[in-house]
Amino acid sequence: MSVVIILILASLLVGLVFVVAFIWSVRSGQYEDTTTPSLRILVDEPQNKIGETKTTLK
Amino acid sequence: MNTNIETFKYDNRIVRAFAIVTVIWGIVGMLVGLLAAVQLFFPEANLNFQFITFGRIRPLHTNAVIFAFVGNGMFMGIYYSLQRLCKARMYSDFLSWFNFWGWQAIIVGAAVTLPLGYTTSKEYAELEWPIKVAIAIVWVAFTVNMFGTILKRREKHMYVAIWFYIATALTVAVLHITNSMTMPAGWFKSYSMYAGVQDALVQWWYGHNAVAFFLTTPYLGLMYYFLPKAANRPIFSYRLSIIHFWALVFLYIWAGPHHLLYTALPDWAQSLGMVFSLMLIAPSWGGMLNGLLTLRGAWDKVRQDPVLKFMVAAVTAYGMATLEGPLMAIKTVNSLSHYTDWTIAHAHGGALGWNGFLTFSMLYYLFPRLYKTELWSTKMANYHFWLGLLGMIFYIVPIYVAGITEGLMWKQFNKDGFLQYPNFLETIVQVVPMFRLRAIGGTLYLTGVFMMAYNLYRTAKAGKFEPDTEAQAAALEKGPEIAHGKYSFHRFLEGKPMFFTVLAIVAVLVGGMVEIIPMFLIRENVPIIASVKPYSPLEVLGRDIYIREGCLGCHSQMIRPFRSETERYGDYSKAGEFVYDHPFLWGSERKGPDLAREGGKYPDAWHYNHMDDPRSTSPGSIMPRYSWLLTQPLETDALPSRLGALRRVGVPYPAGYENGPAQKDLQAQALKIVGDLKLGSVNCETNKEIVALIAYLQRLGTDIKSAPVTTAAK
Repeated sequence: MSVVIILILASLLVGLVFVVAFIWSVRSGQYEDTTTPSLRILVDEPQNKIGETKTTLK
Repeated sequence: MNTNIETFKYDNRIVRAFAIVTVIWGIVGMLVGLLAAVQLFFPEANLNFQFITFGRIRPLHTNAVIFAFVGNGMFMGIYYSLQRLCKARMYSDFLSWFNFWGWQAIIVGAAVTLPLGYTTSKEYAELEWPIKVAIAIVWVAFTVNMFGTILKRREKHMYVAIWFYIATALTVAVLHITNSMTMPAGWFKSYSMYAGVQDALVQWWYGHNAVAFFLTTPYLGLMYYFLPKAANRPIFSYRLSIIHFWALVFLYIWAGPHHLLYTALPDWAQSLGMVFSLMLIAPSWGGMLNGLLTLRGAWDKVRQDPVLKFMVAAVTAYGMATLEGPLMAIKTVNSLSHYTDWTIAHAHGGALGWNGFLTFSMLYYLFPRLYKTELWSTKMANYHFWLGLLGMIFYIVPIYVAGITEGLMWKQFNKDGFLQYPNFLETIVQVVPMFRLRAIGGTLYLTGVFMMAYNLYRTAKAGKFEPDTEAQAAALEKGPEIAHGKYSFHRFLEGKPMFFTVLAIVAVLVGGMVEIIPMFLIRENVPIIASVKPYSPLEVLGRDIYIREGCLGCHSQMIRPFRSETERYGDYSKAGEFVYDHPFLWGSERKGPDLAREGGKYPDAWHYNHMDDPRSTSPGSIMPRYSWLLTQPLETDALPSRLGALRRVGVPYPAGYENGPAQKDLQAQALKIVGDLKLGSVNCETNKEIVALIAYLQRLGTDIKSAPVTTAAK
């Protein structure tokens, strides 16, 4: 069953990459604001008028 | 404050290209699925043509719908949303088109090689090694293109969808490389470097995570973008979406062993897989509720808008599949569900509902926007929705009934303590009507897709395609922490080295695996059961035919330690029996009986007649005829390269065995089988494929029948 060593190493590698990414995302302030990002994606195409209703932020 | 406003263009051409092939491959993949479904109650539907027989087109169907339909749908959605989320054009147009044409070439390669029987037999990783290499290259191109776009983004915050895309790109690369470790034996033949139980563990670690990181995480990212956009309101809780992401990423990768419950896999690994599977319910349902609650107060829109209808059904299907999956990963439930059609029902609930419907919703959302017009017919799209939903119900419900019927009948004992249904055929004949209903459901679902294709075509005709959408945004300000040099790590990540990090990870993985695997694995291939011996040359070639024809699509080779299975098939399977199995052939599905102890059960002539026409020996059987095996000559030229490759992965054939002695042994064994066939009044030449296949089938499970089991402590 030594193949589990390979799988654990590969899984840990993936895990480690994401731990680093998580630490980076927190420290760089990605999650300081958890409200506006969800609103911001709604207003990225001001000139695209056809086929969608006008977006206004309240 | 930076006021340096930049004007740039989003690339719509690449999105359109992926959208078109998504529709085309979707139709192709589902048509192949329908053909396979029809063969399950009408085996003659293969027209006695080997290239479209169930065993060969089942992997074609799964590969087409997963990697061609959902894969292209995923690229379509990512290329559209990533540019807008990053407020930047894709990093490199060349890489975008390399990604596109490379992926289509791989799909065409799969569509040609799988019917020809070039397969590794590892589920969802069937493609042979040259195509595997191409997949790795195209995937790296996609990954670099994505990271390049993220690095030149004009929006500091990375929306949660981007994180889901990143997880997809990195994890799929690791999974693909780890599971693709094979030893080539010619251009379109290779043997897994792992053997038996180890190969099974690697395969299902991959198989499970392919579902997780190819079918789930990218589509969750797409849901977090397209659902709020289509509803024109923000996601219910952005915080919850962040928790959803990080929880999934850290939990998913450990759940793979739940595909191997009650097999010869060690118990601790099975329990680990089960526990992590159950934990996955929490983030999955958090995500489902987050999606559905986004629509609170907007249900009137759902009534009108087909895009939202599809999304609601897709997110609900995601919730159902992610509750059902963990429940099926509980050992008690699994003892009933495994090998039955319940698994197929579960997979299609996720595939038709979650992936299919979300893809349709994205297509209906994107076409009017790409072509600057309204959808040609909203009414038709609504009909598509209801037809699709009806198709799903007609598909899934009968297959659930079939699965549970099979599971219960296999386990049923009569009051005298004998199997109630000792003949496997009885259990299959019982569920054949369900297979018919399933094909009707699939047809309804596919009809909806045709309606969508026509609707989208008319939409495109009515509108005018906008190749580039112009947009404006301020250049990304360098954060104060960069300016002050406080977080140098951030600077490192943001800089050029990111590309090289991606490339380095891939290189390190490939190099590392090549070095590590022989060291760990070959040494362990010392048999722990002394009587287990390598396959003879004729059996090796027979096993290759078994792989080519996709026999493991319907026949497992793994007897679980239940009385109902040992009574029916013989002694339960032990890990030590599979040490020379490159690749393992345990299978995951029983449309026919388990074959792990098939050797010696029937005379050679029975196998010959059964392969020629299964219904002559087993009336009512749904197995296709394999009459071409009786006439096609056995290619023994490949023997040296195959035995050589097997020796390189650790099967102890003596040095030089393949050049000479092997051919002599092969002829001797073939002559013996032809002699046995004569006793059964069958005349056959020694150089036919059927002889090799009979040799392999008669070998199965006989090693530990003939000698007492000696299990060494390990």
